[in-house]
Amino acid sequence: MSTSAITPVPFGRRIKRFMADRPLVPLIILLVILVVILQILRPGIVNERWIANTIKFAIPLAILAGCQTMTMLTGGIDLSVGTVATMSAFIMATQIVNQDPAIAFLLAMMPAVLIGLVNGIGVGVFRVHPLIMTLGTSLIGTGCLQVYQRTVIASGAKIPDFLAWLGTGVTPIVGFAFPNALLLFVPLAALIVFTLARTGFGRLLYAVGDNERATRLSGVQYWQVITALYVTSSVLAGITGLLYIGLIKAPSLSLAEPLVLPSVAAAVIGGTSIFGGRGGYTGTIIGALILTVLTTLLTILQMPEGARRILFGLIVLFVTAAYLRIVEER
Amino acid sequence: MSHFLRRQGWVVGLFALLIVLFIATRIIQPGYGSGDFGSLARAVLPYAFAVAAQTVVVIAGGIDLSVAAMMALTSVTAASMMAGASEEYALFVVPFVLAMGFVLGALNGLLIVVTRVPDIVVTLAMLFVLQGAALLVLDAPGGGAAEWLKALISGTVPIPGLPDAVDAWLPKALLVLIVCLCVIWIPLRRSRLGLSIYAIGSSELAAFRSGVPVKRTRIIAYALSGLFAAFGGLALTMSTGIGAPIPGPYLLASVAAVVLGGVALGGGKGGLLGPIVAVFVLRLVRTDLTLLAIDPNVTAIIEGLIMVAVVMFGAFITMRGRQ
Repeated sequence: MSTSAITPVPFGRRIKRFMADRPLVPLIILLVILVVILQILRPGIVNERWIANTIKFAIPLAILAGCQTMTMLTGGIDLSVGTVATMSAFIMATQIVNQDPAIAFLLAMMPAVLIGLVNGIGVGVFRVHPLIMTLGTSLIGTGCLQVYQRTVIASGAKIPDFLAWLGTGVTPIVGFAFPNALLLFVPLAALIVFTLARTGFGRLLYAVGDNERATRLSGVQYWQVITALYVTSSVLAGITGLLYIGLIKAPSLSLAEPLVLPSVAAAVIGGTSIFGGRGGYTGTIIGALILTVLTTLLTILQMPEGARRILFGLIVLFVTAAYLRIVEER
Repeated sequence: MSHFLRRQGWVVGLFALLIVLFIATRIIQPGYGSGDFGSLARAVLPYAFAVAAQTVVVIAGGIDLSVAAMMALTSVTAASMMAGASEEYALFVVPFVLAMGFVLGALNGLLIVVTRVPDIVVTLAMLFVLQGAALLVLDAPGGGAAEWLKALISGTVPIPGLPDAVDAWLPKALLVLIVCLCVIWIPLRRSRLGLSIYAIGSSELAAFRSGVPVKRTRIIAYALSGLFAAFGGLALTMSTGIGAPIPGPYLLASVAAVVLGGVALGGGKGGLLGPIVAVFVLRLVRTDLTLLAIDPNVTAIIEGLIMVAVVMFGAFITMRGRQ
């Protein structure tokens, strides 16, 4: 019959193809599903305040996940972001006591630039595996921070008002409370997305991750790209630390450490390949939101801490596997 | 001889470094004797097993971020099972915990093979899962260990016919380490399976085309890693007498020692001896720095610097060799 010749593609297949073409769609659907589950479990929890809070806690994670996204695009990873963020936060909180804010800021960003530079030279010039290099520098950084802590123990610490305002404050605009942290995050995210998609540096990152040899043969100075990348990543981590101290308001020597592994998970859930060459920042942002909502969900279920961690791990694994399936079905 | 040196150059260099460190220790602390060596061996034990666990997987071209969490889980399981139980019951606990490590390790490998998610991500997720499981078993440090297990790693081995002065330099912990590693590693290295592990680490595609069952080999490599991690967990329980659900610093230390031991992170190169010697080197450096009365925090900085410097040096040498 003639009708058989124009049989439409089955509905399920069409949906799959649609999702594979737009990898962000399944992620957003997952995020919405999680929010709906939350609303069903605790009716009324999803309100303006909750949304503002979720965004506030997702932003530091999203910026750190941005560091991971950019380094992963070149086939690397940056595990020193937690230490760098902690260092800049701690130095800021202790130096602000008897220094000018601008000088305290510069002092706080100094270790970030330094660690980024060492990471970049180690990975780019000496060709050390990024995992080892960044683990090593984070070990050194933690040690330095502990020594530094001894010298400032007498002077105490305080959180600058501006950072507290940026980290926790909200500004009501047309009846909706916008977290002030968005003031920092929106331009930053736009800059990262723009850099990755539209500038030569972004293209170089994808190129290096996709085929390093070919990139090098085309005349790209590999070590310059990598050094610039790791310094950028470290500076972003330092800024995150300043934001995070405004949110948590309690300087400690392991402030941002718990964010490191989730930041890797957020980038992976967001569809960035850990082997390089594929991915983007928009997916990562949604990945960070998903992880933050998931944490709230698991907290609300009032499970013991152990069961919560188990579920967190399993869900990260499941989402990544499912996502890879969908995207690779082309 | 030159062939041997070229192949084993890195390990020989490490041994030389270790001897230099021992001499340095004797100079710093003239009283450093067999007793101190025994406590060094006991301290090294859990680290050495963690490193062995990491080495197998790295040779197979992967990485296992869940090593420390696996050790925590096996340690608390052993400690909570042995708490208040009879001495004989521990005879059942030990094989049970080892089997648990083996199965959980195999699960790691299975997930990597089935889901095709990168190994870093799978073992990262498993890190959370195993940590959570450890917290469910024991939510605070506790439990107990059988006396004979604790005795297994304390003291020295008396060998008939040797003077006591020599005996004293052979702590039981060192012997336990050597026996456990050799019993598993030497037959493995000589078997077809061991060759397959090196093959998939060297080039997965080439191994597949030569008829190596890549997936099965990968799962077994992770299972062996789990087994070694379970040994490490038991060693923790044996040396402390309790189990702690929070993982120690073993992940970072294991990766550092693997690299320092001359195992390429890309896979397919290196052996077990290098990383084990590297663990001794790293621990002895820490002992020396403590003996020199250096602030423990500065010690952490120096350790990190050594690690980074050695890795950079190693990478530099390979780069020169390739050109």
